[in-house]
Amino acid sequence: MFIINNKKIFISISIGLVALSVASILFFGFNVGIDFKGGALTEVTYDTTRPEQAEVRNELDNLNFGSVLLQPTGERGYIVKSRDLTEEEHGKLLETLSLGGTNLTEVSFNSIGPSVGRELTKKAIIAIILVSLAIILFIAFAFRKVSKPVSSWKYGLIAVVTLLHDVTIPSGIFVIISKYSGAELDTLFVVAVLTILGLSVSDTIVIFDRIRENLNNNKENRIVISFGETVGQSLKQSFARSIATSLTVILVLLSLVFFGPVSTKYFALMLSAGMFFGTYSSIFLASSLLVLVEERQHKDKK
Amino acid sequence: MWKKIILTFVLLIFGSGLLFFIVKSEPKLNKNFENSDSFFKNHPFRLGLDLSGGSHLIYKADVSAVPDGEVSDSMDALRDVIERRVNLFGVSEPVVQVQRGGFITDNENQLIVDLPGVTDVEKATAMIGQTPLLEFKIEAPKDTPQEATVGEDGKIVLNLESQFVSTELTGRYLKKATLEFNQNTREPTVSLQFDETGTKLFAEITKNNIDKMVAIYLDGSPITTPVVREEISNGQAVISGSFTPTEAKILVGRLNSGALPVPITLISKQTIGATLGEHAVTAGVKAAVIGFLFVVLFLLLWYRLPGLIAILSLCIFIAIVLTLFKLLPVTLTAAGIAGFIISIGIAVDANVLIFERVKEELRSGKNITDAVSHGFSRAWFSIRDSNTSSIITAIILFWFGTSLIKGFALTLGVGVIVSLFSAITVTKIFLSVTTFIGEGKVARFLFSSGLSK
Repeated sequence: MFIINNKKIFISISIGLVALSVASILFFGFNVGIDFKGGALTEVTYDTTRPEQAEVRNELDNLNFGSVLLQPTGERGYIVKSRDLTEEEHGKLLETLSLGGTNLTEVSFNSIGPSVGRELTKKAIIAIILVSLAIILFIAFAFRKVSKPVSSWKYGLIAVVTLLHDVTIPSGIFVIISKYSGAELDTLFVVAVLTILGLSVSDTIVIFDRIRENLNNNKENRIVISFGETVGQSLKQSFARSIATSLTVILVLLSLVFFGPVSTKYFALMLSAGMFFGTYSSIFLASSLLVLVEERQHKDKK
Repeated sequence: MWKKIILTFVLLIFGSGLLFFIVKSEPKLNKNFENSDSFFKNHPFRLGLDLSGGSHLIYKADVSAVPDGEVSDSMDALRDVIERRVNLFGVSEPVVQVQRGGFITDNENQLIVDLPGVTDVEKATAMIGQTPLLEFKIEAPKDTPQEATVGEDGKIVLNLESQFVSTELTGRYLKKATLEFNQNTREPTVSLQFDETGTKLFAEITKNNIDKMVAIYLDGSPITTPVVREEISNGQAVISGSFTPTEAKILVGRLNSGALPVPITLISKQTIGATLGEHAVTAGVKAAVIGFLFVVLFLLLWYRLPGLIAILSLCIFIAIVLTLFKLLPVTLTAAGIAGFIISIGIAVDANVLIFERVKEELRSGKNITDAVSHGFSRAWFSIRDSNTSSIITAIILFWFGTSLIKGFALTLGVGVIVSLFSAITVTKIFLSVTTFIGEGKVARFLFSSGLSK
């Protein structure tokens, strides 16, 4: 089969993409949002016209709130990012933004103390660890009965490798996007990562399930074909489903990106990327790795 | 066969019933909402703060003065007091939660307050932070030097502070306060009933101060200074300041809600304007509808007859999920809508798995009826296994999440579980009914997919 015959090419493509993603993450770094590091985000819209940025900037500098970031948003609004503000400082900020009398509406205000940020960071890390552990355990459990010719823990290991692949590439894409759009790593980013973990592993499991079933069938019917061929055959049977499924999920996700609420735009984009690479990896990467592992074993025995 | 046809009708009626309920219980969809049955009125979608607009506040409670074993109790008491205060201001469906200290929260005991519809943080924090302090003061002894200041307009103002001295009697000994109206003047008054200790203290104060003034202070300023006529031993007092009825009502509420058992500080606040939330709802609904239409189109073009069945089963799936959102109820957030939309994709997946299997069985030479039943039982294991991981993720997210994440985890989890049900029952029943179209070429065409004939 095409994929199995060209497995080294596909594995190289994946390695290349992951390397690029890791490089861009290391190079650009995550733009961590106030969810995690604490701080305040104020969004206002002016009723008539938006005052000049330089003018507002000047007034803001007089407040001595430390480093304050001022970004235009929409047609008549500004987003102000600063350290977390007390009620009094919040009032002052709004007063300053109105430049003594311009009418404005506060669209949203979000001030998160450093301790809440720390707490959320801890929560996020624990959730990622727990989800990963639970998924590894689940794979080990689901494949406990498969041991020939590749032992069950290797299926698990490969599933974990593809998981990392599926999470790393969208993260890399996110970092590059956030470089240009100012999107921040927030709670939803973490949720996206965890959801990708869940969706991607389910795709891999369906294909592995097929391989497991075909291996059993071959054994029962005393059909002797190579492991690679069995995997190829299983892929052929399941990739229509994989593509159909991820296509539907990506369709709904893209409609979220283009038509959905602003707050979940990057979240949906991240998930679409995760779904795309998740499907790619379960068809092209996971099975290729599986056959590669089996061939290595074979050589070792000889 | 008859049994299956009847089952199909039952399912269709069930689905339409749910749809009817969803439309009826939504103010925006039901023009006659105001006159509807209370059952419908009580079940609109519950929108989270990011969709309805409102404030989300996190307070840190300082429990350092509370003995170890009583922290939990005093946090509960704190929640009750805050809840009463918030309710007093007529916020609809406020949520006040205690988050106990632990490893994750740096051992901080926190109180989380969600106020839908309240977008003025200053007002919100003010109404939560207010501690009414009620004090009773008596005239200072005659020999106390009187302090006076000369006002700007030349008048001499006696400083009341020096004129009265504090007593032990405070709002702490209050049993309850009620709003009453003076029978002659129709002025609102606040009548107080002290508890046992308070009654004793009040009796003592009144006994010792007959024909003298007793000042009642609220939040540090005197509101009334009546002259005592006789000893009052029944523990009742009346405050008659010049209140408006509303002021009197608020005062009564504040007095009854009592003081905070532990001091609190605000550590995080979040406000979402109502328009922003409204935009998010419109966009979310639009995205869901467009996404659904894409899926419908794809299913029809790619899977033909089974695709149509998948669409029907998807409609029932959506009706069940939305009904559960209303009945449980699930608080919907923007992330929650995303979770629901993803679950639509997952529900389709189960159908796709089944159809692909059925197709394979057809190719291997089985007739349509056998292919459907075999395809089903084979696909079930894949469906179960592939959904387990999503359910695991949803459970862990729900456990650990903030309210935002919880919304996502809950909608995704509910969606995945319902999709399991709809795949194994709804799709199966519908699909088995369609086998009546026979074994002809047309039937085979309708059951295949993609570009094949």
